[in-house]
Amino acid sequence: MGVLPSPLAGSLLVGAAWLLVAVAGLIPAANAAFARRFAFPLGAAAGVALAALGLQAVWLPPQTLTLPLGLPDLPFHIRIDPLAGFFLMLLGSVSAGISVYAAGYFREEPSGRLTLVCLQYHVFLASMAFVLLADDAYLFMVAWETMALSSYFLVITDHQVPAIRRAGFLYLLIAHLGAIAILLCFGVLHGGRGDYTFDALRAAQLQPAWASVAFLLAFFGFGAKAGMIPLHAWLPEAHPAAPSPVSALMSGIMIKTAIYGMVRVIFDLIGGASGNVRWEWGMVVLVVGAGTTLFGVLYALVQHDLKRLLAYHSVENIGIILLGLGMAMVFIGFGHPAAGVLGLIAALYHTLNHAVFKGLLFLGAGSILHSTGMRNLNDMGGLIRGMPKTAFYFLIGALAISALPPLNGFVSEWLTFQTALQATILQHGVVRSLLPLFAATLALAGALTAMCFVKVYGIAFLGRPREPAHLSPLPHAGDAGPMERYGMAWLAAGCFVLGLFPTSFLLMLNRVGVSLTGHGLSEDALLGSGWLWLVPTATGQASYSPVIFFVVIVAVTLLAFLLVRRFYHGRVRFSDPWDCGYPEQTPRMQDTADAFGQPIRHVFGPIYRADRRLPGPEDTEPRYSLKVEDRHWYWLYLPVARAAEFVSSKIALLQQGRISIYLLYSFITLLALLVFVR
Amino acid sequence: MNSAPGIAFQILQSVFVVLAAPLLVGWVNQCRAWLQNRSAPSILLPYFTLAKLFHKDAVFAHDASPIFRWTPYILFGCMWLAAGIVPVLATGLPFAPAADIIALVGVFALARMFSALAAMDIGTAFGGLGARREMLIGFLAEPAMLMTLFTAAFISGSTQLTTIVDSLAHREFALYPSLAFAAVAFLMVLLAENARIPIDNPATHLELTMVHEALILEYSARHLALIEWAVAIKLFAYMTIGIALFAPWGIAAAGDWSALPYAFAALAGKLALAGAGLALIETVLAKLRLFLAPEFLSTAFLLAVLGMLTHFLVKG
Repeated sequence: MGVLPSPLAGSLLVGAAWLLVAVAGLIPAANAAFARRFAFPLGAAAGVALAALGLQAVWLPPQTLTLPLGLPDLPFHIRIDPLAGFFLMLLGSVSAGISVYAAGYFREEPSGRLTLVCLQYHVFLASMAFVLLADDAYLFMVAWETMALSSYFLVITDHQVPAIRRAGFLYLLIAHLGAIAILLCFGVLHGGRGDYTFDALRAAQLQPAWASVAFLLAFFGFGAKAGMIPLHAWLPEAHPAAPSPVSALMSGIMIKTAIYGMVRVIFDLIGGASGNVRWEWGMVVLVVGAGTTLFGVLYALVQHDLKRLLAYHSVENIGIILLGLGMAMVFIGFGHPAAGVLGLIAALYHTLNHAVFKGLLFLGAGSILHSTGMRNLNDMGGLIRGMPKTAFYFLIGALAISALPPLNGFVSEWLTFQTALQATILQHGVVRSLLPLFAATLALAGALTAMCFVKVYGIAFLGRPREPAHLSPLPHAGDAGPMERYGMAWLAAGCFVLGLFPTSFLLMLNRVGVSLTGHGLSEDALLGSGWLWLVPTATGQASYSPVIFFVVIVAVTLLAFLLVRRFYHGRVRFSDPWDCGYPEQTPRMQDTADAFGQPIRHVFGPIYRADRRLPGPEDTEPRYSLKVEDRHWYWLYLPVARAAEFVSSKIALLQQGRISIYLLYSFITLLALLVFVR
Repeated sequence: MNSAPGIAFQILQSVFVVLAAPLLVGWVNQCRAWLQNRSAPSILLPYFTLAKLFHKDAVFAHDASPIFRWTPYILFGCMWLAAGIVPVLATGLPFAPAADIIALVGVFALARMFSALAAMDIGTAFGGLGARREMLIGFLAEPAMLMTLFTAAFISGSTQLTTIVDSLAHREFALYPSLAFAAVAFLMVLLAENARIPIDNPATHLELTMVHEALILEYSARHLALIEWAVAIKLFAYMTIGIALFAPWGIAAAGDWSALPYAFAALAGKLALAGAGLALIETVLAKLRLFLAPEFLSTAFLLAVLGMLTHFLVKG
């Protein structure tokens, strides 16, 4: 190694560098060009360095360090192990693309706001790095809360808009409910021994009931941050409110730190190598995961706000990750750690894949917003003509999220399917036949996602603008600037690399699995057929070779093209669209986003709470409106909010505003203390 | 397996499927005409149609984007790839391990996504309508298809189509109740995915009911020819998947030239029967309303799930 710093020291340096960039952005406050030209690119460079360090850490034994920071007697402990290394790699590589993009995206931002955004943005990045590095509950919670607060400030960048302030508040509220659950979980694990390092929590011997309590607290605590149902409500509000690079960071990376927390607490702190993970927990995770998956994609299909739609897809993908995690827990709980590790690998690989393609899609949405000022799909159309490069990158993201081969989304879903197909080794009959049903959920969600992205892409980029040229910004929309494009190109390349060369990443994730459970897939099987082949268990059982697949599909497509070119005369005419020969057709007759979702509303009617206004026959200005609301608001959030209001209104009776009453309270308290505490 | 005969078999099979696919369409059309008491067109008519289309001038709408231009080739490429994965004439082809049944379903999904995108590209009312309906049928059919394939995968302990076929073809004859359920489900998916009655009618351009035809409304000449050809290959691929899963007897192993004539004859016989069966189904059934398609396909899905559960219950 020699000149290179050790991964732990290096990651610490990167965290410090991000903090430094954040502060440095403040100094030349008058000069916004500084943030644009130096701060964000420096942040991106630090991200690349962090990715390299994380990659290195996966292959090394864990390293620990005690920092001379924190409270007296309560120093910060940090540690880097394969799991942390993998997530640091995710954080570094994805944030690098987003930071480069941000350097271009914020070009028209007023300088005062930009320096603030730059500060919060890099504090946000650094806090995520420290969440991943923390080795004691104290530093973990400090970093976790810093992450929540800095992202809250980023969400309310446009705080003049009341709706955005409301979205920010909702986010902060749910983030803190989650944080309380996590804190309680650490409390349960800790059991009153006064030592909050993860080593001590790992060593704790919990009774099964307390272990289950700790599991539930961790699951719902981290789940609130991840956006699983029923705690997802902040996600579709906060993501559209934030500036696009921030949405990409939050959706791509921040909700993944919650997955990290879940894996860390459930598999490492509670489970450990002693195998305390119970299969019943896995079933809970699977049921919630399946619900989250379907809910996310079905609600995404009826959205017309592009960023809201993407946010619902984040909910869906968290569900897919949970499906992988749940299967892992079921297999480990039944004593099949090798199959369990396959599920864990599938979940973690999907975590990485989702970070890459969702980051890319949010950046694409940001570029659309930037050049047209539009987020509503119903107004868009034909953007591929004005912004062909953005359209190209967005297409890659759309194909990847739809789990189509040979891109990356397909690989992780393929691995999840393979995990489900291991169900035959389970002894428990009911669970054995349930696992393939969860796989069916995944299949349904994948196909629905494809439908949703046909809608997004077809309506936004393809087709024609609905309004005449002088009324609409669409025909004049320019392509994204160079920095924005580099950021998107980086992530788009990631979709290809992760999709085409999964075996090397699988080996890496296998190390993570081994470090967590003490078991793993056989490396001989993984490598037996060469790096071209993805063989999780044994050749003949399941294999997939994305490179050969890709080469063949490109080759036969080109062959078809060349053959046709060779034998065809090649005459082409241009004319108006035919469209069954109907006269008087206008671009306004194209499908809108709401129209595209109509069959879904029809088929899955009871899931939605839709308010649809149709124009009457007499209306001179016919208007159609559709509002689909989340049922969770009505059965969960509003009743809870009303109960909280009721309780606080009763407590408010104590507050009379007269000094004599308050003195009376003190007096009664004293009396009570005298009676009870003797 | 990666020997010269294996590769020769691979190329032979891919070329054979591409060339023979329109013949199957011609056969189905001929059978249907007979069943409906019409005088049948030549079995070679699909080839003549393709040749005719390849001679015409291509017409593009003014607004067509590269997606519109490339989609026919991508569709053709996807289907050609599928033809290389499915064990049509022989198992153990060298390319087969590169993609298993899940990847195969992925290839069809990729083709579907591109054809839906191309339909929306011109910005016509019918294009969007077709894309929407196609994706609706697609997302209903895909899980049912996967469940069917998973049932077979559970029986043979592999997701490799070639391993599945090997293990199913060389077992002693026994009636698997799970496979019976799966076969019915597969048949329903086949009808839906290939735009056949009762989900879609390949013979009409009736504006309000069409699905597949609405997708390709704006295509002409060579592009239309490629798409029609790809559709024929798709039907061929689906039928051979069905044959491979539910009636695999007689298939050759890659490199075994002596078994090839027998495999060829067996395939021709099975396809002729299957094509006639398809024509019969299309004659006796009527097209369903679009919103009955979800019921049709969720029945297929439930049958496939039942098949899988049966496998777990009775181990067979």
